[in-house]
Amino acid sequence: MNPLLVEYLPILIFIGIALGLGLVMVIGSYVVARQRPDSEKVSAYECGFEAFDDARSRFDVRFYLVAILFIIFDLEVAFLFPWAVSLGEIGMFGFWSMMVFLGLLTVGFIYEWKKGALEWE
Amino acid sequence: MSIGADIVAALPELFLAGTAIILLMLGVFMRDISTRSIGLLAVAALAFAGALIYLGDGRGTVAFNGLFLNDGFGDFMKVLVLIGAALTIVMALRGLEQEQMNQFEFPVLLVLATVGMLMMISANDLISLYMGLELQSLALYVVAAFRRDSLRSSEAGLKYFVLGSLASGMLLYGMSMVYGFTGSTSFDVLAQVFASQEDAPSIGLIVGIVFIAAGLAFKISAVPFHMWTPDVYEGAPTPVTAFLAAAPKVAAMALLVRVLMGPFGDLVAQWQQIVVFIALASMLLGSFAAIVQSNIKRLMAYSSIGHVGFALVGLAAGSEAGVRGVAVYMAIYLFMTVGVFAVILAMRVNGRAVEAMDDLKGLSKTNPLMALAMAALMFSMAGIPPLAGFFGKFYVFMAAVEAGLFELAVIGVLASVVAAYYYLRIVKVMYFDEPVEAFDKPVGSELASVLAISTLVIVLFVLIPGPIVDGAATAAEALTSAGR
Amino acid sequence: MVIQALVFYLFAAVVVASAVMVISARNPVHSVLFLILAFFNAAGLFLLMGAEFLAMILVVVYVGAVAVLFLFVVMMLDVNVAQLRQGFLQYLPIGALVGLILLVELVMVLGAWVLAPGTVEGSGMPIPDPSQVTNTEALGRVIYDHYIYLFQAAGLILLIAMIGAIVLTLRQREGVRRQSISKQVARQRAEGVELKDVPSGGGV
Repeated sequence: MNPLLVEYLPILIFIGIALGLGLVMVIGSYVVARQRPDSEKVSAYECGFEAFDDARSRFDVRFYLVAILFIIFDLEVAFLFPWAVSLGEIGMFGFWSMMVFLGLLTVGFIYEWKKGALEWE
Repeated sequence: MSIGADIVAALPELFLAGTAIILLMLGVFMRDISTRSIGLLAVAALAFAGALIYLGDGRGTVAFNGLFLNDGFGDFMKVLVLIGAALTIVMALRGLEQEQMNQFEFPVLLVLATVGMLMMISANDLISLYMGLELQSLALYVVAAFRRDSLRSSEAGLKYFVLGSLASGMLLYGMSMVYGFTGSTSFDVLAQVFASQEDAPSIGLIVGIVFIAAGLAFKISAVPFHMWTPDVYEGAPTPVTAFLAAAPKVAAMALLVRVLMGPFGDLVAQWQQIVVFIALASMLLGSFAAIVQSNIKRLMAYSSIGHVGFALVGLAAGSEAGVRGVAVYMAIYLFMTVGVFAVILAMRVNGRAVEAMDDLKGLSKTNPLMALAMAALMFSMAGIPPLAGFFGKFYVFMAAVEAGLFELAVIGVLASVVAAYYYLRIVKVMYFDEPVEAFDKPVGSELASVLAISTLVIVLFVLIPGPIVDGAATAAEALTSAGR
Repeated sequence: MVIQALVFYLFAAVVVASAVMVISARNPVHSVLFLILAFFNAAGLFLLMGAEFLAMILVVVYVGAVAVLFLFVVMMLDVNVAQLRQGFLQYLPIGALVGLILLVELVMVLGAWVLAPGTVEGSGMPIPDPSQVTNTEALGRVIYDHYIYLFQAAGLILLIAMIGAIVLTLRQREGVRRQSISKQVARQRAEGVELKDVPSGGGV
């Protein structure tokens, strides 16, 4: 087999065990335990009250802004991995190429900062 | 090729990208700098980039390991895009102040979109094509939704974004097909592969080309991929609509021409039917659907769909004359559209923008000069002889006839007759209807000068066709001779 | 080899099944969770093809960030699912038709899968031997050097995304008293403290 895939064999085994164990637990509880549902048992439990309203409520749009800014920098970091691994071979050119890229994103970061997008008020 | 030579080859693009970053920093650090000054600096930068292209040697230099190509065709189209972008930014300045969207990011985003357009035009590889397209589109999605408190503007932005991503997806799907069947994304290699093949290309390749054509047809809003255009044009703030209708159309059309004539140039037989079909459908839909419109921005959307159809007639010919026709048509279309949008931007009554066709009633009495200019533009759009619009249509139809596409040319002429109806109706509304409330005066020096420039180009084209026609001829020659 | 094939079919089946669930689940939160499952299995497929780096990026970026953002959006929009689904059946036939055409095309494409002659020597970048060079390193050798143009363009696109996100969502609220750290630190004793001589026994 491909040597690369052999390295991932433990993960495959792990996934297999996890799946198997999870299934055994769920199915086991169905098979072994007595199932007598009634309306009180299956209703949502919220400190003894009926649920007041939908669990989903609107978030402030600022959470979204933080999340999307995070994704952008996450992607930037994704570019850093191959760069770090191959820096020895691509030399100064590769180094400065990444610096320009980081510079572009730093400009974006300065813009964010000055606009106050990172402040929470 | 060394990096120095690469930088020289892509100097206009790099200069504009640098300018955008500097403007962004200026805007954010100097709180009191006005959007107007940022916008004027952006226009100056666009003009300087145009000068760089004009002075640079556009003789088929390939840079960045074959990803980037400078040639005569690219130079002509890039200059057009820069003119369109600069004129529309100038027009937008006052509109921004009036519409309370006076944020300095607006010109910055437009400059970045222009960088994307230049990259599209210079693309010499499927991947650089895609990167340029995304750079342009992403900036345009944002500006379409720029007035975020307005429901219509947000809707326009969202619609544009969702359908645009769908088109990008189709484009990528087609590109992956082409890559899968040829093993390369480079235009040069693709052209070689197809030139060396004797038998008909495999069906997967054709499917790939169809998907690429469909993705690009969306960007030029050709029928059947036009659905977004009327809603986005109507919903987006008018300065943004003016920008959308001018420069990106030219850039996307240039890209479509380059892709189909360059790497797929030897497969004319495969894509010709597709282009003929979308040209026909666009011309007919653009002509008939526009008749019932009463909103002038929506009308312009259908009008632009129709114009794209006419330009595609030239591409359908698949010859050097056809490419020249497309280049001439797009140049003239650019000036006509910019001029009409200058009038639309001037349509304000008591400080409020109006956009119904009825608001133009009796314009000849309240503002005779503007009515005269608008009438000239409308006659030109309809293709009435001494004006530029006629020559645009003339070149594409001639190319189609030379290529033996008689039916297409005939239907095109008929469609332009139908289209003439609603263009002339605007003239009638301006000249023969009772005046309604006059537009606010003065319209502002920016709008007046842009309107004057575009009208002069349209009217004087018959006397001095040289710059556009010769430029287009050089461009077409550069494109068709390079690949062979 | 058998294990590889089995695992491939397992991953592929789960990807397809969870993709179907993404669009058919009643609860949008479940849709996002199925999307995450689809991403994980797609990462598994990438791994089987030897594209280690892509697989990991798929997990880190898509599962770690994009899917979480989707969850945010789903919660933030507070969408009424029943309302969203109203047109679903109405558009189902035409959607199914488009899907069917695509499927037929794909089958035709697969049937005619022939690499054009003269392509392998034409491709600009020979793929290094995976047993000598890791995936990540092979990518790193070309992205920053050979494809610098695309790399910087990607940087510009990310910059636009940043500007766009801020332009479209950032709102400066009026009447919010912000903390200004430099002002706090620069405050002198004289500004904040006033000494009053209160005569003893006189009261205030």
